[in-house]
Amino acid sequence: METAVVQTKQRLWSGGHSPFKVSYGKLMMWYFLMSDSFTFGAFLISYGTIRFSENYWVDHNYVFNEFPGVHGNAPLAFVSLMTFILIFSSVTMVLAVHQGHKMNKKGVEKWLFLTILGGLAFLGCQAWEWTHLITGHHAVLVDGQIQYWGTTMSHNPWGPRVMYEGGLINTPGPIAFGGYFFGITGFHGFHVFTGVIVNIVMLIKTRMGHFQQRGHYEMIEKAGLYWHFVDLVWVFVFLCFYLI
Amino acid sequence: MSLQTSPQVLVHADDEAKVKRIWNAFWVLLILTILELACGLTIYKLDLGDPAYSTILSIKIVIIIFTLAKAFYIISIFMHLGDENRMMILSIGIPMCLFIWFIVAFLADGNSFRNLRNTDAGVRKYEPKEVRHQPLNVPPGAENKYKTD
Repeated sequence: METAVVQTKQRLWSGGHSPFKVSYGKLMMWYFLMSDSFTFGAFLISYGTIRFSENYWVDHNYVFNEFPGVHGNAPLAFVSLMTFILIFSSVTMVLAVHQGHKMNKKGVEKWLFLTILGGLAFLGCQAWEWTHLITGHHAVLVDGQIQYWGTTMSHNPWGPRVMYEGGLINTPGPIAFGGYFFGITGFHGFHVFTGVIVNIVMLIKTRMGHFQQRGHYEMIEKAGLYWHFVDLVWVFVFLCFYLI
Repeated sequence: MSLQTSPQVLVHADDEAKVKRIWNAFWVLLILTILELACGLTIYKLDLGDPAYSTILSIKIVIIIFTLAKAFYIISIFMHLGDENRMMILSIGIPMCLFIWFIVAFLADGNSFRNLRNTDAGVRKYEPKEVRHQPLNVPPGAENKYKTD
């Protein structure tokens, strides 16, 4: 019995086939995503460290409370829309991969196209949100004077509010907020952008029939892994910046 | 109905099951996100008053649990890691355990840094100042006086 186990093990690792029963490309995509998750993890944990080191942090429900076309307070609304878009585009991607397994060229094209649309919609939302934050004007009490600030890498108008001449006014908040917010959502947005480019390349290659000739749609699977990872990272960005 | 099923029918049934699994995962993710949003809005509403720190903290922990559940669904169903070879799952999963140390150590670091600053590295006693998003008992009309876009 023991020898049998040893023999299987030797055979498993003695070459000639994949011990993980997975292709080289897919395995390397997994390892790339693992290393990328440590990059994102480092960013988010660094944000957490700085946030823990401050007595006051930004109240996200007041920073992110706008929705295009809606006047008034709508905390969490816009970012929920972005989250739903990304989850939906993840489903369309997994359906494209599924159609690829069935060697259904038309199906892959259809779902891949919808995934690209989802990615572009997400990027559009992010562009709106960034513009809104950077170009906004918020009254801030700085050294006894009222100034009007947007949320940028160098200015944070979302500090504790105080009473000033019968009104509530913000004071400057921790300066690190802008850098972390734009840095991390920007790095994520860059991943989404890359994913959209990769998906467009995949769509073109599918249209040209490259995968049909090759006999398998594994490239769609690899692009899909990357796309789902982007969704996975957003789940954590959403958690760290908008929910807690 | 005959017991013998043609290969084509089998493939078809298998296909439907897979598509169903994908949509099930989608609904689970959607519902978890909606629950997260409900928790987030609860925090917002509670913050208008003067909630206990532990109440807010426990809601945040619930949100984190929902997020981890979402991550699990995305990885195991959408990325099909659940269907891969066990050793491959381990070769991805074991390095990920580093995150436990990573998060604990660095959040403790941030916390310690705040304590050091608040007490000038231990030479004075910390006198907590109330730092809230807005002071309690705000008079009517004060809210919108400096409101800009």
